[in-house]
Amino acid sequence: MNTVSAQRAASTTTAGGPYVRIDRLTKRFGDFVAVRQVSLEISRGEIFCLLGGSGCGKTTLLRMLAGFETPTEGAIFIDGVDVTQVPPYERPVNMMFQSYALFPHMTVAQNVAFGLQQDGTARAEIESRVREMLMLVKLEGYDKRKPHQLSGGQRQRVALARALVKRPKLLLLDEPLGALDKKLREHTQFELVNLQEKLGVTFVIVTHDQEEAMTLASRIGVMRSGEILQVGSPTDIYEYPNSRFVADFIGSVNLTEGTLVEDEPDHVRIDCPQFGGTVYVDHGVSSPPDATLSVAIRPEKIQLTRERPEQADNVLSGVVTGIAYLGDATRYLVRLPTGFMLRVTAPNMFRREERLAHDETVWLHWHASAAVVVTR
Amino acid sequence: MSSPAERLADGFRRLRRAGGGQLGRWFVIALPYLWLTIFFLVPFLIVLKIAFANIQLAMPPVEPVMIWTADKVLQLRLHFSNFAFVFGDELYIAAFLNSLKVAGISTLLALLLGYPMAYGIARAPGAWRNILFLLVVLPFFTSFLLRVYAWLGLLGRNGPINDLLLALGLRHEPLQMLQTDYAVYLGMVYSYLPFMVLPLYSAIEKLDLTLLEAAADLGCRPTKAFFTITLPLTQEGIFAGCLLVFIPAVGEYVIPALLGGPDTLMIGRVVWDEFFGNRDWPVASALAIVLLAILSGFVLLLQRVQAREREA
Repeated sequence: MNTVSAQRAASTTTAGGPYVRIDRLTKRFGDFVAVRQVSLEISRGEIFCLLGGSGCGKTTLLRMLAGFETPTEGAIFIDGVDVTQVPPYERPVNMMFQSYALFPHMTVAQNVAFGLQQDGTARAEIESRVREMLMLVKLEGYDKRKPHQLSGGQRQRVALARALVKRPKLLLLDEPLGALDKKLREHTQFELVNLQEKLGVTFVIVTHDQEEAMTLASRIGVMRSGEILQVGSPTDIYEYPNSRFVADFIGSVNLTEGTLVEDEPDHVRIDCPQFGGTVYVDHGVSSPPDATLSVAIRPEKIQLTRERPEQADNVLSGVVTGIAYLGDATRYLVRLPTGFMLRVTAPNMFRREERLAHDETVWLHWHASAAVVVTR
Repeated sequence: MSSPAERLADGFRRLRRAGGGQLGRWFVIALPYLWLTIFFLVPFLIVLKIAFANIQLAMPPVEPVMIWTADKVLQLRLHFSNFAFVFGDELYIAAFLNSLKVAGISTLLALLLGYPMAYGIARAPGAWRNILFLLVVLPFFTSFLLRVYAWLGLLGRNGPINDLLLALGLRHEPLQMLQTDYAVYLGMVYSYLPFMVLPLYSAIEKLDLTLLEAAADLGCRPTKAFFTITLPLTQEGIFAGCLLVFIPAVGEYVIPALLGGPDTLMIGRVVWDEFFGNRDWPVASALAIVLLAILSGFVLLLQRVQAREREA
């Protein structure tokens, strides 16, 4: 793990002491290992995102936290108590399901009240807490409706209200925004974060959507094939990915392989055949001298100019072969003399400017701190 | 793109295809209605006609309802006396009530037995599910009458059940099982159980399991979740299964006749006796019509209840 991200991760974890501690958790389904030796600490009041593609084990991990799956090995501690063998109906945890799983034969109010009724809460208190919860998710006046009479966004909010009404210390959310359209998603993202801050609940969110993870999470755990590859803040994950997979999975990136030609503690120079030259990076790399490394450069960290830049750490030239104007920025595909396609994103800072055209020869340059070297 | 002649031919082809589709649609709709008309509506009207006729000593043993008299008058004579007779005689009322009771208890027993069966099949692993499903349907491969007859042998004084009881020393003399109401219930539940299990199975199988997970997550224990989530959401299957068992059970003739005692009074048997014993076709028909009315009432009531549930 990168030293900077390791430090940051450590500082967030120790803030309130780990609230959820997952200790070498493994889940096997027959021969298939869904979750492999995962250890994780989540602190109180955090929004932790498990991010990964389908089949990476993130949902299985969440279901083990909820108690729907029994771990094959390892243990789960919530607030210091070992809950590994505790059935779901006795855990201090609530979950918001991807499909929402609202009870179709009950009204909105009955759905929200369900959890409180199980605890034998007094009727008057149930009523006031249901009303309070429906107000919080802005569904006053919908209490007598059945789930099928609601829109997707409203159903999502009923599911959230139902999961929050018992005031759980830990809320698990399985793709909470997955079923909503884009506009509603962006709106709901901020509402979720506001609600979390207001109630101080610890959130564990499972998602495959990196944008969702970036905007919601205080920390992200990137998963692949049942393992957690990297844990860190959204900035850590984006700016300091610890592997090719993480660099490629989050956002867009130019990845190329290379070998070390100059290895100093404060900088390295890497020979990248696909770039047709060396890349100068202003941080050291801890790896054996002959190892193949990967260099990752984000498209927005590369600058495009018509004139050859006077002074730059890394300079290349190429031909523009693709232009995608997105309004706020423009994406370019630039072909290097070696044939490698480099992705570059440039902000559109001026309304009137002479934009680059197809087949134009351009200069590309980036700062020594722009590239990240990953060893796996 | 093509010559006028080709285009014309293409137009004709399309026209013919459209016409063929229309005809096919009519055919598909008409066929079941034709079937129901010939084999259900017409026989029903004949029975209805006989129910309003007067008995006579001839073949057929009923007077015609409509007569074309010599002075060219079409006479329609409806005898309500048959219905008056049916409602006036305590025997018939007792037979109706007893039929409803036997059918009701049989339906309840079939439900209590069928629900766990359907639940077990619906939750069984894939390969097992097909085998269990086949086992439920398997009895239909043998004649219904044969299967009821088999119970005669099983329950008889010298049958294997009594043999076993005697051998184990649980009884000192054979147990009288045949010609009792219990035998009738046994026969009913045995015969109609598949009709209960199949709709229940399809309802339970459709149930979204994440709902049960959600219930557990909210602190609901599995037993309670069964009554608050599973049972209400499989209600349609319960209604369908109960109807499928109750309706044929009310009019059942073979099971009470073979397994029941002489005092097991059921309407199916009474109709049989009136028809073949007394050769009183009008009263037998009137009984059949009343039975039909009662059962239709049940179905309508149930549909009303279900419709109201769905609206709420």
